[in-house]
Amino acid sequence: MTVKTSRGALWRSFRRNQFKTEMVNLELSQILTGHKGIVWNVSWHPQGNVIASCGEDKTIKLWSKEGVQWTIKTVLVDGHQRTIREVAWSPCGNFLASASFDATTAIWDKKSGQFECNATLEGHENEVKSVAWSPSGQLLATCGRDKSVWVWEVAGDDEYECEAVLNAHNQDVKKVAWHPSLDVLASASYDNTVKMYKEDSADNDWTCVATLQSHDSTVWSLAFDNTGERLATCSDDKTVKIWKEYKSDNQEGVIVNDKESVWKCVCTLSGYHTRSVYDIAWCHKTGLIATACGDDIIRIFKESEDSDLNAPTFDLMCTKLNAHTQDVNCVKWNPLGNQELLSCSDDGEIRLWKCSE
Amino acid sequence: MISFFSKLSLNKQNSPLEHAKPAYMDKSATLQELGYKDENDLKETIYDFLRTIRDPEKPSTLEDLKVIYEEGIFVNEPTADKVPVIRVEYNPTVPHCSLATLIGLCIRIKIQRSIHHPVKLDIYIKKGAHTTEDEINKQINDKERIAAAMENPNLRNLVENCIAEEE
Repeated sequence: MTVKTSRGALWRSFRRNQFKTEMVNLELSQILTGHKGIVWNVSWHPQGNVIASCGEDKTIKLWSKEGVQWTIKTVLVDGHQRTIREVAWSPCGNFLASASFDATTAIWDKKSGQFECNATLEGHENEVKSVAWSPSGQLLATCGRDKSVWVWEVAGDDEYECEAVLNAHNQDVKKVAWHPSLDVLASASYDNTVKMYKEDSADNDWTCVATLQSHDSTVWSLAFDNTGERLATCSDDKTVKIWKEYKSDNQEGVIVNDKESVWKCVCTLSGYHTRSVYDIAWCHKTGLIATACGDDIIRIFKESEDSDLNAPTFDLMCTKLNAHTQDVNCVKWNPLGNQELLSCSDDGEIRLWKCSE
Repeated sequence: MISFFSKLSLNKQNSPLEHAKPAYMDKSATLQELGYKDENDLKETIYDFLRTIRDPEKPSTLEDLKVIYEEGIFVNEPTADKVPVIRVEYNPTVPHCSLATLIGLCIRIKIQRSIHHPVKLDIYIKKGAHTTEDEINKQINDKERIAAAMENPNLRNLVENCIAEEE
């Protein structure tokens, strides 16, 4: 049993791409301006009606819709001393976490009526690069240049306890992301690998349960599909890879040994991106994959209808040239599944797009 | 014929919200429209930005020390959006030079601050010129590491001193 893409599948995918390009249209709805300098990250509120953004100017801006236009409603300042690299809404939508190059992660809420920072997570030695809430909202993960991944437990009002410090990577950790329904964590690193972690129910110890090795350079970001059984990763090696989980009872004959499951790379999308791919977003409603690239372009991929689970094929459906005037740093699908896509860039802008098939 | 089709496709682009941008931000601009005679002119412009960078340790410029040299600057194929892609190779004075990373950082920041239009930069140590070149190359082309380095007050001071223009 092989899980590599066969020559036939490659050829089919090539032929399809010859005739089926640009089947998805990405139309600009609004340019959101207000940040000074690089905008590193944007985050949709779980209800899809508030946007948080952050960047080089050390501020967090909260946007919501006034009529048809998104406008800045709140600016959070003084939370961080350096660049804010990532913002993340908790699943309940009441908390916002921000990760900064100043080595701290701040937790904001508006229990007092307006947004305030009521907890600061300290522990990383230097830049925190990413922060993510678990699906239950009970756990928080952070990672950074100190090569570590931290798992924090929400212990009570404004109380966060460190559950684990995971030192599985041997370089800078760029991104953390949780499985959509389980307490399984994935991290992407400058060491070219992705690692997965979970808590051992026997001794409550968090351990690395899988290492995903196939990229040739820094893995910048990663996104699970809606089942959590597949993962998409993007890299400085200019490729996107799709990984599939094979559990111990898999029918394909993939040897799992004494583990619960193994992850295999089942598809590599190469030849599309011309520079580093900085972010990837897999829409849990439509299945569309969007990528943010250092060539200033946003691309949309869709799994083909005759795709084989063990060697899936994805078609490039849209190449949005000039999506930004500089590197695109982040792409995020609206969680409502309404095909709205947010992007942000080194050019200081956030752009809202409407995707239509 | 070709130009007719390219005009046609430009007109089809439908983005009413796009702000008017100064001409140099128009990414379909060719090198000529950006103000360069040709690729060589762009190369010379980049070299002019870099030649005056001072060595972090010695009282000389990178040009004097032959760390920077004109043949080390390449104008590569532009991106699909017509953004010029420039590769700069530099040659550290000794293969274990501890300041090679700092020099790479100075090269990037000096070009970014001096150039008046979007550009993509790839900065590399001349092949075989450093014992840990792969490691350094990866670091000086990682935009996140660069951004963080420039927020470190000590590193930033070092860079500013090296790239400051002589009075």
